[in-house]
Amino acid sequence: MKRRDFLKLSGAGMAASSLAGLAGCATPAPSKARVVVIGGGFGGATAAKYIRHWDPSIDVVLIEREATFVSCPISNLVLAGYSSMEEISRGYDGLGKYGVQVVRDEAVAVDAAKKSVRLARGGDISYERLIVSPGIDFNFGEVQGYEEAMKDGRVLHAWKAGTQTVALRRQLEQMRDGGVVLLSIPLAPYRCPPGPYERASMIAAYLKQAKPRSKLLVLDANPDVTSKAGLFKRAWSDLYPGVLEYRGNAKAVGVDGKTMTVKLEVEDVKGDVLNVVPPHRAGDIAVKAGLITANNRWCDVDWRTMESKAVKGVHVLGDATLSAPGMPKSGSMANNHAKIAAAAVVDQLNGRTPPLPQIINTCYSFVSQKEAIRVSSVHQWDAGQGTLVAVKGSGGVSAARSEPEATFAWNWARAIWADSLT
Amino acid sequence: MKKTILLAFAMFTLPAHAQDPTARNMAAACAICHGTDGHAVTKDVTTLAGIPADHLAKLLRDFRDGKRPATVMHQIAKGYTDQQIDAMAAWFATQKR
Repeated sequence: MKRRDFLKLSGAGMAASSLAGLAGCATPAPSKARVVVIGGGFGGATAAKYIRHWDPSIDVVLIEREATFVSCPISNLVLAGYSSMEEISRGYDGLGKYGVQVVRDEAVAVDAAKKSVRLARGGDISYERLIVSPGIDFNFGEVQGYEEAMKDGRVLHAWKAGTQTVALRRQLEQMRDGGVVLLSIPLAPYRCPPGPYERASMIAAYLKQAKPRSKLLVLDANPDVTSKAGLFKRAWSDLYPGVLEYRGNAKAVGVDGKTMTVKLEVEDVKGDVLNVVPPHRAGDIAVKAGLITANNRWCDVDWRTMESKAVKGVHVLGDATLSAPGMPKSGSMANNHAKIAAAAVVDQLNGRTPPLPQIINTCYSFVSQKEAIRVSSVHQWDAGQGTLVAVKGSGGVSAARSEPEATFAWNWARAIWADSLT
Repeated sequence: MKKTILLAFAMFTLPAHAQDPTARNMAAACAICHGTDGHAVTKDVTTLAGIPADHLAKLLRDFRDGKRPATVMHQIAKGYTDQQIDAMAAWFATQKR
């Protein structure tokens, strides 16, 4: 172990730079500035790590309310019994190696004038630059009765991996053979465009294998499958005929937990398990910090730096952003947004102009235990349009569902978990 | 001692774009599959760190131009110009294997 690594570990983040004067020839530069990162998902964790990776003289404090990172990607496999919560969970210890100070707390307010963040447990923490990677929260009010039914455990979204993932798996296991699962998908944009269709595939795979007389009814508010449509539909007709039924233009407007009913605009549908994903918006702290700029839902950013268009000195990452054209709300994108922000923050704090970004998205979806499909794209800055756009001729989807794509999907998951957190 | 001097000399003669932040930032996008700084975390994925620049640049061009079969890299490589490919390849070549 290098001496400076030892100092970083023993000094745990901020203290390390104050010890730096004692370190002799391996002395890192004294702290240049402090960057605070709110949210330790694919965006926030990656940003915290890469700032330290690219400039260890900047102090980085990551504020995260959960003790464990639980990955949304692969969580649909947990529902089918093909993966486990343990497999999709990671600690934050890996960031310590980079000297990121992880504070387990919740950011409840941002004072952009004073450049400080208020923590739920009390106390303020000041910053030179702030990075907010809040993920999503739900507009429960758009589905009447949702919150009440959710409190009773009668409806679940499981659209943030964690306790609801476990609960939905349990409900699927406890359902009688011959039961009906309802999966309701909100209008785009929502987190992970192909996610609901992967979930449909995983639930259907489980029913086919464990409860063959049961049925999955997919109620999509969108007119048609919003991502990799041809590949998903082919998989469903080949693998799950009689199990999976898909309906477009079927927007849920209400839920009744007592009668186990999902109310659509024109009819009511009953089910034994109700997995209703409500419409989303940027996470709560983005609302409190005044970062929302579009439709009361999303945060518009300058894609060259990820800096908020509403609040100076604050960068917003991931699903909370008002997506650039053709850009999905995905873990791959959040990880890439984080690198744009990290590079920009490092350059800004060193008095340099950040270079223009070019990033890659890749999203895998499992359609059975052993087969997956994929969509990829490359996005670059377009000065004329003032945003990131897909590079013409690049990107595309899998030629067909396949086992090699499933192997790559697992490799992607392990790589991005490691790249974001270790 | 001699070795040290040679090493120091080598560092000063790295191609100009090897430490170019543009190349570093572009290369960072590859990490979602190929690992941080091109260090793969699973055996099925190619470690890009330390691949000689000419070799990696040729691989990427072959993917892009359809001369080498791929499941995904042909679609991604089409997003980059020759100059960008050369810059990223040069950057990965400077990373320790």
